[in-house]
Amino acid sequence: MAEYHEISPNAPAAEKLLNWVDNRFPASKLFKEHMSEYYAPKNFNFFYIFGALSVLVLVIQIVTGIFLVMHYKPDAALAFGSVEYIMRDVPWGWLIRYMHSTGASAFFLVVYLHMFRGLIYGSYRKPRELIWLFGCGIFLVLMAEAFMGYLLPWGQMSYWGAQVIVNLFAAIPFIGPDLALLIRGDFVVGDATLNRFFSFHVIAMPLVLLGLVVAHIIALHEVGSNNPDGVEIKAKRDASGKPLDGIPFHPYYTVHDIFAVSVFLMVFTAIVFFAPEMGGYFLEYNNFIPADPFKTPLHIAPVWYFTPFYSMLRAVTDEMMYALIACVLAGAFLTVTRVRMPTLFKGVIVGGAAVIVAMMLSIDAKFWGVVAMGGGVMILFFLPWLDNSPVKSIRYRPDWHKYLYAVFVLDFLVLGYLGILPPSDIGGRVSQIGTLFYFGFFLLMPWWSRLGEPKKVPDRVTFTAH
Amino acid sequence: MSESLVEPGQMDASKRTWLIASSCVGAVGGIAAVVPFVSSFQPSERAKAAGAAVEADISALKPGEKMTVEWRGKPVWIVRRTPEQLAALPKLNSQLADPKSERKPAEQAPVYARNEARSIKPEYMVAVGICTHLGCSPSDKFQTGAQPSLPDDWQGGFFCPCHGSTFDMAGRVYKNKPAPDNLEVPPHMYLSDTKLLIGEDKKA
Repeated sequence: MAEYHEISPNAPAAEKLLNWVDNRFPASKLFKEHMSEYYAPKNFNFFYIFGALSVLVLVIQIVTGIFLVMHYKPDAALAFGSVEYIMRDVPWGWLIRYMHSTGASAFFLVVYLHMFRGLIYGSYRKPRELIWLFGCGIFLVLMAEAFMGYLLPWGQMSYWGAQVIVNLFAAIPFIGPDLALLIRGDFVVGDATLNRFFSFHVIAMPLVLLGLVVAHIIALHEVGSNNPDGVEIKAKRDASGKPLDGIPFHPYYTVHDIFAVSVFLMVFTAIVFFAPEMGGYFLEYNNFIPADPFKTPLHIAPVWYFTPFYSMLRAVTDEMMYALIACVLAGAFLTVTRVRMPTLFKGVIVGGAAVIVAMMLSIDAKFWGVVAMGGGVMILFFLPWLDNSPVKSIRYRPDWHKYLYAVFVLDFLVLGYLGILPPSDIGGRVSQIGTLFYFGFFLLMPWWSRLGEPKKVPDRVTFTAH
Repeated sequence: MSESLVEPGQMDASKRTWLIASSCVGAVGGIAAVVPFVSSFQPSERAKAAGAAVEADISALKPGEKMTVEWRGKPVWIVRRTPEQLAALPKLNSQLADPKSERKPAEQAPVYARNEARSIKPEYMVAVGICTHLGCSPSDKFQTGAQPSLPDDWQGGFFCPCHGSTFDMAGRVYKNKPAPDNLEVPPHMYLSDTKLLIGEDKKA
């Protein structure tokens, strides 16, 4: 609570107005804390634009969404027609709708790159665990938002995609079928489902999303940004207490981000105008056919941003269960024999492994497929506590770590590609190996991240003026 | 309680007790208020009422043909099997996950359909056309022999495009496929030789 600040009666009107506001609301204080006196490391590279870009896409989605709701009808009998009405009869409706549909794919693209940045530079390490957790929350909510939004055009892919995903919940033992009924609000996906997904998509999820975004940024500005060197800039300050390697976010990074935004918008508008369907990857062809509850399209695939996790779902078959059981047993055996701990803990681990194996043998592979898909996302939340490497940034990790991360990225892309394709024997086998690698990468990280000799981390960030 | 002024740093134990107690009552009330909201997610009375039995006229169905009727919003298939298709059924047992419909029998078929052909009259198959994996509707693959996504010795049946599960001409699922169970046979009965009632079997 600042004291009331008087200003000279001869001050210009604008200054008087600002002073009047500042005495009642911390406008200047907020601007300084988050913009002009928020010191960001000066060695940011290309990968540091995606945070700002995801905020931009969020704004695009909210604004275009508001305008779409003015013409859209959340009714199973009218929904498909109302989307076509927006496309054909509403003045500029096609542009607003294509911005929204392209925005969805753009959102995931920038968020995936943003997450990749965090992964390679160790931006989730102490003291930034909560930033990472809020970010994972954003990713999760974003997936729910995208999934529910995809039902709204009420095309064949909307319908059958929702049918498949809602039935995932039915695979949960005991409560599953009732839970799926509760989500659908009917015995099959229908009008009730469409209405509630509309409600979640336009109000519930966006509110949660905005809250998480604010928390993400507040947490970031509390601890300060990481950088490609993984060096804490706050450790070296000048006489006035400013970090030596920090530069004010405004004007330096605001200008930097405006440039990135311009480039992004060129690509974005090019897609909106010339390839809004992106060859069936952003808007699937089957979704231009109205939903038909009696006819599943010959090939169902989720939109590209879900496919890596969808591949994990498909990878879990009865055969795969034996491999997974072997992994659980090997994991328990290694933990008990190689890690030092009280006998009681060992007993708990052996008992736990026995229970899990018993469950794996008695519950359908279908349920474990759902667990793999959900686990693929949930495991990201644990990353800050899985990484035991003595250095944060990939730059100072042993070289083979870089190759391992490269294989991980490749694995993720291959899983994504296979998730788009129709099921096949060879594809299924590859996605099973890919799924094992994906989980192995994270679950074995506490061990492998400690191996090898890290390079010397510099005291200050590496930076050459340009 | 009117004049219970407390010295700074001291705690009024009885006041605290009542504060905790009333907070607990408030929390219980708050949680109870969630119940009507969650309940509103359930199927409405109108949706429940829409689950009545439906009649199907099978007189026009030729051997090897399939018709679909809607029951509770789900597709119900009626297939008139050819003698060759029926003859192929017993040969497949070793390739199927549950050839005798013994897993979860109560859910997958009524008593009168727990035989090899999974039907009342072997010629007619009646099944809910929804894959037991994740609810897609499998497509017809009645043609025998090698074809894309199917084994070379394919004997005819159904193929689910979503995750590749395959079913034989009795809706029985093949081994090592994502779908855990055979296709569900709904309760049904013959009203006459050419009239089928789906969704009810008690009048028999």
